Amino acid sequence: MASMEKDSVSGQYTTGHEWDGIRELNTPLPKWWVYVFWATVIWSIAYWVAMPAWPTINDYSRGVLGYASRNELESDIKAQKQARSKFEAKIAAISVDDVVKDKDLRNFAMTGGKVLFNDNCAPCHGTGGVGAPGAYPNLADDEWIWGGELADLKQTISFGVRNTNENSRQSEMPKFGADGLLTAEQINQVADYVVALSSKGSTAGLPGEAIFAEQCVVCHQDGGVGSKDVGSPALNNNIWLFKGSKEQVKQVVINQVTNPQHGSMPAWSERLDETSIKMLTVYVHSLGGGK
Amino acid sequence: MSTNTDATPYCEDVVKKFVLAATFWGVVGFLAGDFIAWQLAFPALNLDLEWTTFGRLRPVHTSAVIFAFGGNVLMATSLYTVQRTGRASLFGGEAFGSVIFWGFNTLIVAAALSYVLGFSQGQEYAEPEWLLDLWLTVVWVLYLIAFAGTIMKRREPHIYVANWFFFAMILTIAMLHLGNNLVVPSAIFGGSFMKSYNLFGGVQNAMTQWWYGHNAVGFFLTAGFLGIMYYFVPKRAERPVYSYRLSIVHFWALIFLYIWAGPHHLHYTALPDWAQTLGMTFSVMLWMPSWGGMINGLMTLSGAWDKLRTDPVMRFLVSSVAFYGMSTFEGPMMSIKAVNSLSHYTDWTIGHVHSGALGWVAFVSFGALYYLVPKLWGRKEVYSLKLVGLHFWIATIGIVLYITAMWISGIMQGLMWRAYDNLGFLQYSFIETVEAMHPYYVIRALGGVLFVLGSLVMVYNFYKTIKGDVAAEAAQPSTAAAR
Repeated sequence: MASMEKDSVSGQYTTGHEWDGIRELNTPLPKWWVYVFWATVIWSIAYWVAMPAWPTINDYSRGVLGYASRNELESDIKAQKQARSKFEAKIAAISVDDVVKDKDLRNFAMTGGKVLFNDNCAPCHGTGGVGAPGAYPNLADDEWIWGGELADLKQTISFGVRNTNENSRQSEMPKFGADGLLTAEQINQVADYVVALSSKGSTAGLPGEAIFAEQCVVCHQDGGVGSKDVGSPALNNNIWLFKGSKEQVKQVVINQVTNPQHGSMPAWSERLDETSIKMLTVYVHSLGGGK
Repeated sequence: MSTNTDATPYCEDVVKKFVLAATFWGVVGFLAGDFIAWQLAFPALNLDLEWTTFGRLRPVHTSAVIFAFGGNVLMATSLYTVQRTGRASLFGGEAFGSVIFWGFNTLIVAAALSYVLGFSQGQEYAEPEWLLDLWLTVVWVLYLIAFAGTIMKRREPHIYVANWFFFAMILTIAMLHLGNNLVVPSAIFGGSFMKSYNLFGGVQNAMTQWWYGHNAVGFFLTAGFLGIMYYFVPKRAERPVYSYRLSIVHFWALIFLYIWAGPHHLHYTALPDWAQTLGMTFSVMLWMPSWGGMINGLMTLSGAWDKLRTDPVMRFLVSSVAFYGMSTFEGPMMSIKAVNSLSHYTDWTIGHVHSGALGWVAFVSFGALYYLVPKLWGRKEVYSLKLVGLHFWIATIGIVLYITAMWISGIMQGLMWRAYDNLGFLQYSFIETVEAMHPYYVIRALGGVLFVLGSLVMVYNFYKTIKGDVAAEAAQPSTAAAR
């Protein structure tokens, strides 16, 4: 154990202890360190007086400023609602068609609709509504399964497709193959016919024509133009949820006729208010394909 | 140097084992961290396999760096320091030390496997299920006995400051571990042995979790590593500790104030306002007690600053203290509610954690390991001090890339989340903020690559040192640090 001795560099004495060759200087606490520490303590005490701070048995000290984070949140939400209320009240009072005609209201609905779309719709339909090949329809083109007019869009957004809402759009394609309504050979023939229809090729003499007329026209209409009333997609264009080569398209048609897949979409009226749905409608209509 | 004055040999084989394990787990943990950083930039790297998803690998990273790397470093340095500064050999001897070593390291392997297979308590830094918790409890009590036993049989009248910090770490971690793992195993009700439910629910569970989580940072990663700083900085600098009084005052202030700070992780949540206030104010009061350690670390260099030029090991130690000072200023600042309302849930928090974890914890560990390896294996110095210098610069650039990328990304993210347009709508959707962060995620991951490379340089240097090689440059008098 060493004795207290003076350190030549700092001029301080050591404490006289030594551990494995380590000694300690008896330097006093740095003044600025002490002052800043007490400043933080005093600031904290002041903060406790002002704000909710210390718990008691059944309550807590409220603080002289009467602050509560719940109130702060409520007033923030109120302020933002206030900012939107003028336009929102107008939109609530009129139809979507009239919203589109008013320049200011349309601008407001587009802004709000974009926010709503990106938070609620983009996960499936993509930002900008480009869809996801093989899974979710493109909303930025003029091909619509359930109709592309403002009223159609509003209906689809409000009640969705194939969900449990009583107003949901419903339709189901029969399992022609799985239920034995058509043979594999017939399905192959009708698929050839549909591929020819979609690529605007010649359908003359194709054996699938008669099968199509008998089984498919009811929903997909003459010439495969589709019907927005029953949500039957048009087959006379080259827009497919599943992209790919001619052979791939044929295979997709065969799969769909054999054992159809059906997409679904939530009824957004169960989560969003009427005004929000009107704004969403205006936004989706503007994406490129609104009729 | 391997015997003390009463001719009892120090137990150093066990310290060697902890040093090697720390080096191994360091590389594993850094690699895991960098891999998940790339996953955040390129989600395809989740590989569509449940075992390799971010959600399962993230706890592998955090447990590997904090508990496996950090834990083995703490055990190596604390068991080395407590023997040397007490002039006493390890309580229980090499065999007891070996039990602790294998108990701790097999636990780590079991915990990592359990995460990958999908078993988790779902509590950050406390993911292992209850069976593993019990295992850790046993190991930790043995560690406590070994450490406290060695202090009891010390031959110095006073307990050195490093040991106060180590002891505070061991005791508090025991308390935190027990408090945050009060769970009901579902096996009691006929369920799985690998599932349990926390005794607390909702906001009480959140509060207990962050009492645990923040003090894991405070006592494991701060107090424990301050213990390392208090031994290895004065030893390497060969200077007396700057202020004994400061060490006493900042020690007690630190451990008293730290334990209250946890609620700052839960600002603007369901946690009552009064608890948020206490969390914030105690965090702010913690600023100077934290800086007490920095002052004592840096000012101990008085009269030895020239060593920074010649000794890259000293550079690691001093830089670690500087990073410590920066993080312990940033922390109290981020705990202030007005700042937190911007920083909370953003990458700023990740940047803050890593300036502490990489800059402070890892650098002070590297410094201590570079000091220990030649000592333990009876070499004059590490194989190559030049390679130590290389490691230092690669790792420093890596850290700078990491934390600046996360600062920019985090602040941008916070600003985008809160931006309203003049019509009263949020200006950005969540997905737009994710897109905006992508380039910074790539920069962060590149910073991680540098940090991993640096650690591999260290592994090579250790390998050559243990083998007994001496690089040509070590003969130069300017780089051979005197002992």
